[in-house]
Amino acid sequence: MSGNNVHSHTITALVQDRPGVLTRIASMFRRRGFNIASLAVGKSEQAQLSRMTFVVDSDSDDIVEQVTKQLHKIIEVVKVSDLSKEDIVARELALVKVRAQTASARSEIIQVVELFRAKIVDVAADSVAIEVTGDEDKIESILTLLRGFGIVEVMRTGRVAMVRGKKAPLKTGEAKSRASTRGG
Amino acid sequence: MKRTGAQIVCESLIKEGVDVVFGLVGGAILPLYQTLPEYPQLKHIMVRHEQCAAHAADGYARVTGKVGVCFATSGPGATNLVTGLATALMDSVAMVAITGQVPRAAIGKDAFQETDVTGVTLPVTKHNYLVMDPKDLAATIKEAFHLARTGRPGPVLVDIPKDVQQEEVDYRYPDSVDLPGYKPHLTGHPTQIKRAAKLIAEAERPIILAGHGVIISKAYAELKELAEKAQIPVITTLLGISGFPENHVLSVGMPGMHGMAYANIAIDRSDLLIAIGMRFDDRVVGRVSDFAPRAKIIHIDIDPAEIGKNVKTTVPLVGDAKRVLAALNRQVEHQERGEWIKQIDVLKREHPSHEIPISDKVLPQYVVNQIWEATGGNAIIVTGVGQHQMWAAQHYYYTKPASFVTSGGLGTMGFEVPAAMGAKVGKPRDEVWAICGDGGFQMTLQELATIVENKIDVKLAIFNNSFHGMVRQWQEIFYKKSYVATKLFNPDFVKLADAYGMTGLRVTNKEEVRPIIDQARAVKGPVLIDFVVESEENVYPMIPAGTSVNEMLEAPLPGLHLVDSKDSST
Repeated sequence: MSGNNVHSHTITALVQDRPGVLTRIASMFRRRGFNIASLAVGKSEQAQLSRMTFVVDSDSDDIVEQVTKQLHKIIEVVKVSDLSKEDIVARELALVKVRAQTASARSEIIQVVELFRAKIVDVAADSVAIEVTGDEDKIESILTLLRGFGIVEVMRTGRVAMVRGKKAPLKTGEAKSRASTRGG
Repeated sequence: MKRTGAQIVCESLIKEGVDVVFGLVGGAILPLYQTLPEYPQLKHIMVRHEQCAAHAADGYARVTGKVGVCFATSGPGATNLVTGLATALMDSVAMVAITGQVPRAAIGKDAFQETDVTGVTLPVTKHNYLVMDPKDLAATIKEAFHLARTGRPGPVLVDIPKDVQQEEVDYRYPDSVDLPGYKPHLTGHPTQIKRAAKLIAEAERPIILAGHGVIISKAYAELKELAEKAQIPVITTLLGISGFPENHVLSVGMPGMHGMAYANIAIDRSDLLIAIGMRFDDRVVGRVSDFAPRAKIIHIDIDPAEIGKNVKTTVPLVGDAKRVLAALNRQVEHQERGEWIKQIDVLKREHPSHEIPISDKVLPQYVVNQIWEATGGNAIIVTGVGQHQMWAAQHYYYTKPASFVTSGGLGTMGFEVPAAMGAKVGKPRDEVWAICGDGGFQMTLQELATIVENKIDVKLAIFNNSFHGMVRQWQEIFYKKSYVATKLFNPDFVKLADAYGMTGLRVTNKEEVRPIIDQARAVKGPVLIDFVVESEENVYPMIPAGTSVNEMLEAPLPGLHLVDSKDSST
């Protein structure tokens, strides 16, 4: 895929916590040639179910449709939502370790941190660690400013996202009743 | 009640209606094997290579519509299954493979005959399991069978450590499965069915493309009703062959690379394709942009991911072919399409793709034709992959459902002998012929021992042209007859049959073809026939890979060199 029409699409999936489920998903993306820009996984509000957020870069809605369909084919994937056209809240968390060898550097860094409503989470003799949350643009902006001080290490979680307002997530009970109505 | 893991496996298999298992023993699966004598209902057929256990289970499943089952041990036993699993996945065949694994404590330690089997088979199974707790065994096997046979069928592998097979636990077979993420959609959406019926009513030149899904869902009657009611000609894909009787006036044969010229031209002229249980494989479609350029497409498939994957669809209909067609038939009106049917009849006359060249030599097409005549079209035909496969598809006329068994998606050479074995075990009263390539035959010929040992009455017809024929044909057409690595040195197949203790016959001239076929049919028990056929015969028509019907080669052209080698893709 190439060209200027590449958009990032946010897809979320509710998956069963089973050994190998991440391998299955990663393997599907790899063998079908889909690109994952980022992937975040964590427990959901329901026991034994995790929620994943994928960011897929693609210039074609057809590819995104295939990604969601192929994801859904994986047995442990309970629900897939393409949030590309939804009104969503999307956030990413980054930990950034920056050189701060002088008092003036340290105070300038503190200013940047306040400006971005970030947090200093660790201070060492010659560096500070910053925690920043926001969308990718915000994180890119603070990284641009911090680069001047000398970035030692960056750790990013990848995007997590949910639809704003009304929509409730799929309940386990609902999932169970779906299972029992399945036919041959 | 208390049962060992091995007993749980056997009792679960019986609960699932399994009566035969194809397998090969080994250390890690020994506890399961040692338990088999307690369950005489489970007939075990010992193959000579695990690949053939999977292919035999596959052949069994395709002709019976039941789940085929195979056993293998850990490590090399399980890795040998991989080709068979991949074959079954590509062709949507219901199969459950049970493999032994090293004991739990040894997993991850590179133990003797240890392989990460669930890892290795992940992309070639519909789903797989490693059972680490014997208490999960019964539910896992229940799930495995459910997944294998429902929705879009496929192979499911259950890997069981040796000590899980040995441990004793409470056993109760569950009544239901708990798979919240798995819910095959079976009935078509009513709005889409309405839209499809409207398109059918408006179409002037509709064509049905029937695939394997018709056979899997046993939608024969529904397909016939739709075709007859709305007067729509029916093309069957390679795997759809035998889903619609080929002696029916509306039958238009096979499409694609080696399909009938008239079938491909009909698709090209069509204004509506009704695709049923097929997935627009590249061997059917060729160059996507030139495929059926005038046609809207109704795509019926149980797998939503197939819709829109290869071609754009006008009306998507996700569901089981039988149910969707039944619902569609209720909304489709009787129609006459005299003009379109007549056009296709003219195409059939102008492009007689079924014609066999007149020759004194033993032409492979003629051999297929004679097997068809001798068996009255009633045999189950199992093929390998290559030229003989295409001739078997073209020159045998299939009228009996599920009577053509072939590896379409993966194109697995060597499939024919073990799959024929499985087909015969599944349908013991049917006459089963394996149409074998001389190349593919030598990939799985060790199963002659299994066939003779178990008195499996299959007729093996080797199409012996001393070449990897299909590749040679590509070399002739695309590589200026540079026959690299395609000439075959063959053993004396008749002596080989003799060595295994089965009847071996040879045909070297045309006059012998029919008498030898008749002689083989008269033998009670397996027979191998070495048909020494014309060595450089080509399969026509041919649409070169990645091209369109406009580039079709209908008949041999002298000194033909189509394109430079670098232009020909797979």
